[in-house]
Amino acid sequence: MNYYKATTAAVAFCSAGAVSAAELEVTHWWTSGGEAAAVSEFAKAFDATGNTWVDGAIAGSGGTARPIIVSRIIGGDPMHATQLNHGRQAEELIEAGLMLDLTDVAEAEGWTDLVNPTSLLDSCTVDGKIYCAPVNIHSWQWIWLSHQAYSDAGVAVPSNWDEFVASAKALEDAGKIPLAMGQQAWQSSGAFGVINVAVGGPDLWNKINVEKDAEAAAGPEMAKVFEAAAAARAMAANSKVQDWNQATNLVITGQAGGQVMGDWAQGEFQVAGQVAGQDYTCLPGLGVNEIISTGGDAFYFPKQDDPEIEAAQKELAKLLLSPEVQVNFNLKKGSLPVRGDIDLSSANDCMKKGLEILAAGNILQSGDQVLSADTSGQIEDLMVEFWNDSSYSAADAQAKYAEIIAEAD
Amino acid sequence: MTDAPSNLGVTPRGAKPRKRLTPTNIMLYGTLFVASVYYLLPLYVMLVTSLKGMPEIRLGNVFAPPVEVTFEPWVKAWAQACTGINCDGLSRGFWNSVQILVPSVVISIAIASINGYALSLWKFKGSEVFFTILIFGAFIPYQVMIYPIVILLREAGEVLSAVTGTKIRLMGSIWGLVIVHTIFGMPILTLLFRNYFASVPEELFKAARVDGAGFWQIYFQIMLPMALPIFVVAIILQVTGIWNDFLFGVIFTKPDTYPMTVQLNNIVNSVQGVKEYNVNMAATMLTGLVPLIIYFASGKLFVRGIAAGAVKG
Amino acid sequence: MAVTDGAQEVSRRTISKRPNRLFKNMTAKIATIPMIFTALVVFIGCTVWTIYHSFTKSKLLPAPEKWVGLDQYERLWSTRRWLVSIENLAIYGICSLVLSLVIGFTLAALLDRKIRGEGIFRTIFLYPFALSFIVTGLVWQWILNPQFGIQGVVQRWGWESFTFDPLNNANIVIYGILIAGIWQGSGFIMVILLAGLRGIDEDIWKASRVEGIPAWKTYIFIIIPMMRPIFVTALVLIAAGIIKVYDLVVAQTSGGPGISSEVPAKYVIEKMFQSQNLGQGFAASTMMLLSVLVVLIPWAYLEFGGKRRD
Repeated sequence: MNYYKATTAAVAFCSAGAVSAAELEVTHWWTSGGEAAAVSEFAKAFDATGNTWVDGAIAGSGGTARPIIVSRIIGGDPMHATQLNHGRQAEELIEAGLMLDLTDVAEAEGWTDLVNPTSLLDSCTVDGKIYCAPVNIHSWQWIWLSHQAYSDAGVAVPSNWDEFVASAKALEDAGKIPLAMGQQAWQSSGAFGVINVAVGGPDLWNKINVEKDAEAAAGPEMAKVFEAAAAARAMAANSKVQDWNQATNLVITGQAGGQVMGDWAQGEFQVAGQVAGQDYTCLPGLGVNEIISTGGDAFYFPKQDDPEIEAAQKELAKLLLSPEVQVNFNLKKGSLPVRGDIDLSSANDCMKKGLEILAAGNILQSGDQVLSADTSGQIEDLMVEFWNDSSYSAADAQAKYAEIIAEAD
Repeated sequence: MTDAPSNLGVTPRGAKPRKRLTPTNIMLYGTLFVASVYYLLPLYVMLVTSLKGMPEIRLGNVFAPPVEVTFEPWVKAWAQACTGINCDGLSRGFWNSVQILVPSVVISIAIASINGYALSLWKFKGSEVFFTILIFGAFIPYQVMIYPIVILLREAGEVLSAVTGTKIRLMGSIWGLVIVHTIFGMPILTLLFRNYFASVPEELFKAARVDGAGFWQIYFQIMLPMALPIFVVAIILQVTGIWNDFLFGVIFTKPDTYPMTVQLNNIVNSVQGVKEYNVNMAATMLTGLVPLIIYFASGKLFVRGIAAGAVKG
Repeated sequence: MAVTDGAQEVSRRTISKRPNRLFKNMTAKIATIPMIFTALVVFIGCTVWTIYHSFTKSKLLPAPEKWVGLDQYERLWSTRRWLVSIENLAIYGICSLVLSLVIGFTLAALLDRKIRGEGIFRTIFLYPFALSFIVTGLVWQWILNPQFGIQGVVQRWGWESFTFDPLNNANIVIYGILIAGIWQGSGFIMVILLAGLRGIDEDIWKASRVEGIPAWKTYIFIIIPMMRPIFVTALVLIAAGIIKVYDLVVAQTSGGPGISSEVPAKYVIEKMFQSQNLGQGFAASTMMLLSVLVVLIPWAYLEFGGKRRD
């Protein structure tokens, strides 16, 4: 409770202390039901400080939004704050001096001690200076299972990936889609990553993605991963939706057995009024290797030449990591907070599972943190083709994959 | 082509069918009706879908007329649909679109008409080279040019600031957007105007020159009044192109000045739970309304203007 | 071209007193400064800039100093997605060129036969041109939806085995996009060709009727050759539209299923901004610009080179 008091006091202090209110334009691509509810928590809190949050939502996932964000920053007409996946995406913009240095905010607020795991802040750091405010941890490593689909098919809800594969036949016989998949490239690539960690284990994943070991990528362990992915592809053959949340909707309505998707899917279950453990089950690491990958979203603040705006930017940065905002935002978004010191007693079962794994330190860096955007793009191109073309053999795909890893930077 | 442009495009010139119910006539109208079905089908689907409720859409097929007519999707699309935290639908984009449209159309057409006039009647050394480059520009995908254009506008803004001594930013201002629309509308419009002015009877131009009229005098007093049909075509093309533009609109404006197409994209791509096809279709039709009305109202003028401008090669 | 030659003679005579050739036609030159600027700085300048940077290892920001020679091109041509994109553009381009011209001309010829309700038909064929590609893609995605659209309806009529799902079938997806593209653009081509038909002298029809030549023969052997300039204009417009196809694909399929409906413009954008590999994006742009030149140089030769000879 102390934190709540502290924040309200801080907020009151800020609004009194602020010289004049500023309008900050904030771009992001959070437009699904759960995401929009979450981002409005930021807006509410920021408006309460006497400033104004001007919402610049751009729908259509990062693919539509990123060109716009990047060209505006490069063109010298940047927004005041913007969402980006933290990791290597903004490296060059920072090096070119286009981003605001937040080190003083971070020091005053003690981010280095608060932010857990510390790798989140490392991704924001260039040459010892901090340039972004991480707001949440999103882990890809989940599968979401529909209780209704399994009871319709007359089988028990699986508790790990092997059981899931075994039950696929029963679901198909009941006219269900065993595995719901959206057809966008980032989904194909993400789901593959999850299967990679679950089937091949985190060590293999690290060897390939962090150390860029092309031999491991071409090796027999990885061949098993590709076989598993090919099997998953067959299970998803009848899933003809585009967007991730349309696929989630198939699980919510019991038309599909499960979906491999990051924890943001939780927001959709919540908006649909479903209860974890009762209507749906979540298995971290596909029930095999319980692990959390620590990707997530961060806010960057492009440099402005107006000191008033800059003050407001720093205030927003501070606010984003404040305990109260972290709790409200992450509960709606279905993601985990970036600071280890807050109480999330109102979190649901799935989030609690995630928090436990996080506390135990079973963490993995995310693809965004270790691979360059170029390499990720090449893997996405490969994966979207692999998942959608059943004649693309596992062995061919693996050979291509090893090639990409060999050239990765 | 010796006809004066304004006489063209008025009456059909083809062979005239004589009797009413000949096999030829049945073939003729039959083909036209089949073609009409293909062209009208999407409009019909948009309309009926936008008048259905979501449960009906999930059950029925796209071609069935609505059992229960509801205008709710239209209301929602116009005033309530959400993107991010703003839930005011398309309405906030409409006036923004108008504010972008008017200066962009006026300036781009003014410049292109002068280009066409100079290129056809006042040729100078190299003018045809410039024209060829322009036509080359017509083929360049806009997306390919975004990056250099953004840098160009940034630099131009800095040069202007240095020259005038005040801070001028072309990026993010409506004038930046007007410049971009002028640049990318220029190739096709210049082609149209050039072809039009090239078909003006030469006696007219010679007489004016003998009388001592100059470049601007001839343009304003003789050419402009004659060029009405081709101006109509240019206006229609530009209104459609600029109104429908998404890419430049979203890059060169800010949230409070986003044009309607950005809102349309946001509504269509913001899936909240299930895809609301009825709202999407209503939003689609609302966004297309301005160019559609212009087409329905001025179809005949359009054909006449095209006839005037495109006849000469 | 007698008109313009005349104009030049006039201006040459009036201004010949001045020694400097630069001042010849000065007003026209000043008036076309925006055009000259656009042509030189925007179109040529940006093109050269793009080509130069395609030989560098630029990532998110242009890095002119990181010269890598032909590396980007080597990678480009060994990328499956690029090859699929090229193939799709070729199929889409050829089909759309032929179909637009055939459909456009057929409709124009039918409308030119003094039919009743010409205005209504013309409006029906033309209105899709008023809609953006985003809208077009969305509507056709909906109509071609296997569950709710044409396939579903025909199946419910009792033809259970009927399949027509171009957007979900990797082998024919590009034709699904073609259906929408033709729907949007062919009306405009029709109007242009109709305008051309209206410019044909009535006497030619009279003469052919006197000779007893059937109407279709008149069209193919007399009218179409006479309309050559119009067809060139139509061709320029269609071709310019084809190479730019991007919005339609994004709205209809996002390049899917898999990578089966990818197009070059989409590759360029995604490599530039999503993969943050400007060099690769610019290499792909350069290839696209090159293909434009291949089409355009013969055209410019016909348009200007041909005329100077007579």
